[in-house]
Amino acid sequence: MHKNKELRRPAWLAAIAMAAGLTGCSKAVVLNPAGDIAAQQGQMVITATLLMLVIIVPVIALTLFFAWKYRQGNTEAEYDPEWHHSTTLELVIWTVPLLIIIALGALTWIGTHKLDPYRPLDRIDAQRPLAANVKPLEVQVVAMDWKWLFFYPEQGIATVNELAAPVDRPILFKLTATSTMNAFYVPDLAGMVYAMPGMQTELNAVINRPGVFQGMSSHYSGAGFSGMTFKFHGLSDGDFAQWVQKAKTEGKPLDKGRYLHLVKPSERDPVQRFATVEEGLYDKVLNRCVEDGKMCMHHMMAIDAHGGDAYVRAAGLNLPQDWCTARNATEVVAALDPRNATAPAQRARIRQ
Amino acid sequence: MSLPMSSSTISPSHWALGRLNWDAVPMAHEPIVLWTFIAVCLGGIAVMAGITKFRLWGPLWRDWICSIDHKKIGIMYMILGLVMLLRGFADAVMMRLQQAMAFGDNLGYLPPHHYDQIFTAHGVIMIFFVAMPLVTGLMNYLVPLQIGARDVSFPFLNNFSFWMTTAGALLVMVSLFLGEFATSGWLALSNLGAQSPSTGLDYYIWALQIAGVGTTLSGINLIVTIIKMRAPGMSLMKMPVFTWTALCTNALIVASFPVLTAALVLMSLDRYVGTNFFTNELGGNPMLYVNLIWIWGHPEVYILILPCFGIFSEVVATFCKKRLFGYTSMVYATVVITILSYLVWLHHFFTMGSGASVNTFFGITTMIISIPTGAKIFNWLFTMYKGRIRFELPMMWTVAFMVTFAIGGMTGVLLAVPPADFVLHNSLFLIAHFHNVIIGGVLFGLFAGINYWYPKAFGYKLDRTWGVRSFWLWVVGFWVAFGPLYVLGLMGVTRRANHFEDPSLQIWFVIAAIGAAMIAAGIGCFLIQLVVSYLKREQLRDWSGDPWDARTLEWATSSPPPDYNFAFTPVVHEIDAWWDMKKHGYQRPLTGFAPIHMPANTGSGAVISALALVFGFALIWHMWLLAGVSFAALLITSIIHTFNYQRDFYIPAAEVVAAEESRTLQLARHV
Repeated sequence: MHKNKELRRPAWLAAIAMAAGLTGCSKAVVLNPAGDIAAQQGQMVITATLLMLVIIVPVIALTLFFAWKYRQGNTEAEYDPEWHHSTTLELVIWTVPLLIIIALGALTWIGTHKLDPYRPLDRIDAQRPLAANVKPLEVQVVAMDWKWLFFYPEQGIATVNELAAPVDRPILFKLTATSTMNAFYVPDLAGMVYAMPGMQTELNAVINRPGVFQGMSSHYSGAGFSGMTFKFHGLSDGDFAQWVQKAKTEGKPLDKGRYLHLVKPSERDPVQRFATVEEGLYDKVLNRCVEDGKMCMHHMMAIDAHGGDAYVRAAGLNLPQDWCTARNATEVVAALDPRNATAPAQRARIRQ
Repeated sequence: MSLPMSSSTISPSHWALGRLNWDAVPMAHEPIVLWTFIAVCLGGIAVMAGITKFRLWGPLWRDWICSIDHKKIGIMYMILGLVMLLRGFADAVMMRLQQAMAFGDNLGYLPPHHYDQIFTAHGVIMIFFVAMPLVTGLMNYLVPLQIGARDVSFPFLNNFSFWMTTAGALLVMVSLFLGEFATSGWLALSNLGAQSPSTGLDYYIWALQIAGVGTTLSGINLIVTIIKMRAPGMSLMKMPVFTWTALCTNALIVASFPVLTAALVLMSLDRYVGTNFFTNELGGNPMLYVNLIWIWGHPEVYILILPCFGIFSEVVATFCKKRLFGYTSMVYATVVITILSYLVWLHHFFTMGSGASVNTFFGITTMIISIPTGAKIFNWLFTMYKGRIRFELPMMWTVAFMVTFAIGGMTGVLLAVPPADFVLHNSLFLIAHFHNVIIGGVLFGLFAGINYWYPKAFGYKLDRTWGVRSFWLWVVGFWVAFGPLYVLGLMGVTRRANHFEDPSLQIWFVIAAIGAAMIAAGIGCFLIQLVVSYLKREQLRDWSGDPWDARTLEWATSSPPPDYNFAFTPVVHEIDAWWDMKKHGYQRPLTGFAPIHMPANTGSGAVISALALVFGFALIWHMWLLAGVSFAALLITSIIHTFNYQRDFYIPAAEVVAAEESRTLQLARHV
């Protein structure tokens, strides 16, 4: 496998050089990105294209050649009006595309699993495997109308329309949205993943070069969509610590009130920093229950999964609308599970 | 919700006018719309004055609007498609201009709210009201002729289908001047349900629902026609390839359009009665909508391309003067594509976060479609091999298609590789890809078809000079317009943006705008081609009925064909029935004509469709009274129509004899 790769490299390099030359040098970020995941995806683009050119180039060449050779004016060329079948030829024209698709299908199978956005990274880049004990930097991403909110649970800060991460440290993004679907896309870092209301998607990636990279929403989401961009900073460990510190000293706390103000539609918002974040805020955003009195989605689903509200009442739990907070969510869900031996005790505790 | 609302939704509802009020008339504050409106009014008045002056209202009503002749309905579908092409293309030009200028501090000339409506309208119009009517028009015109039938199975339904499609198109046009169109993208993936309370999405829903009735019924009609009305001897495996592709396309229509209808019904319930199928609340899920719409949406692209594959198959055999290579594998390839088109919809949203195994499955099924498609390209290629290729316009379009479509197919398979799709999805690369297959495949096919069958429909060929100009402007213009979009996609530039920060991208958008201008010139040349051909019609006249020395049954009758198509139903022995008849010294029968049983014209289709248009309009504006009245009228008219027993008549034998004798004389005079 490894040897194969080296054999193919010159072809890739040639194709990259060609594509880069065509597209104005380094501007073709998809083919020449700064992060390992995006780089592997870009290589996939090139490999697949080369593989298909094996058949596309002859087809185009033959089309033009036949069109020229068998033109009406060329009476030299053979003319056989009844020739319309050849088993050999039929076999070839079905088999050759089939073989190419088998090869491409195998590449797809491997590549799709290896580059699955949910899959934790196993390398920092092509040369460096990931050490066993490295914990990824977690960033919770919320797409709003029309700006991005980033929570850093490990650092306890949050930012709007600015993202940063240390170079060569794996990042785990958890993504959701507040009203419409968006896609989180930093072309230099990794391919896009949808951010959807009431849903959580994930993306694992790593940035390998320091720098400032363009980030955007790449799924149309309404009037403010075009301005829904942000800068992604790839920073050294020291610079990242400073960046975090800056948020901690300059920023205000992000509590429910500030969040509910922030969630209102607005366009082209400036960068904002928050020093602290109210506990469990991201979970409430994800489960659409930041506002008081609104039932969280995962609780609603847990209740429904256990037979609905009537069943829950029968089990002795008469619960007000806002009976659960993100804090006791896990406990409440566990209390509803009939397979859980300690459920009755938990229910009794919640009832108080 | 706290999204911006148009003022019309806030004001209280009027008992008759619903939420329609002066604020909902955009031309009061949008100069572009105002000028368009003035132009449309002047044009409309001129046309009406012309019709009145030449006393054409009667013939227009009797011979066209009420006509149930599949040929006239086919021509009307084509006119609808070409008129809407101009509207859809105007939207494209506005987008290209906006993107070519909106950089840095320059926000361009279109605010987001207007720009978003334009790209939505562009997509909706080009797919539903340009490509669909043009494809349906060709199928309507040709299928009965190719199978040796006198009309379709359900002639009234055919007329009704056409007028429902037109009613949908009209509703989209009304949105230009009253209220607004959707800002949701052509599949309404954004601004779902209760989240966008303006009239735009309601126009979208009702335009597609009304037109969808027409499309579905027309699909049923053509399937039944092909299955039941073929000439004696024409077994399925002796049908012309175009008829085969029409059969598969209509099977796709009948199986997929109900999904669209259902998805739109659920969306309207969300909007009108407050259900939560696709909202974010109470268990609603927008992902469900995305799945449903693409389960319809992917077969839809094959609905458009399959008949065009059929056109190319007819054209390539005729102009290479050679039997189509691999007829059987061509038919099987078509059927395989038909079935596989239902197994690939998820490739439109690999990035939604399904697991790797799901993505792989849909990626590989998508790639598999390229195998039968590739086989088709090879079949055309080997039809050219050892042929005598005449480079008439239809053949030129076919060669341009084969080259362009090969590249569009390649970028399509590339997008089917999920890791590649993650970096190219929703980018301008994707835009370039689907225009590459829709323009390079569907549109080139339609132009090949129009140039090929025009003499059959109107009795004279299209002018070659203007056709060649249109051809080169389209083909080169296409690459100038969409080549830069491939490049921009590789630079990570996303679709549907109305403003960009990076000024270094501007040059590519300027080139794309130049390409759009070339295509505009191409459309202009095509319109001139129609006019010039009409003026030169005596020189271009086709007396033979078979101007290209072609192979299928539609060329066995006169150009244009008589109302009854064939005085005697032809008997088929071989594939390429007309070629076979010519080879065996076919003689036109000159005696023994009998009266011909034909369906009678009726105005019911137009009336019911007009009422459906009013009903849709009333629902959009929440005019409940008008909605109730128009729906009741619609039901009553339909019931009355069922009591119309004057559905058919006989063309007397004397008339048939006269028509056939004049054709005999014509043929004798122009040997």
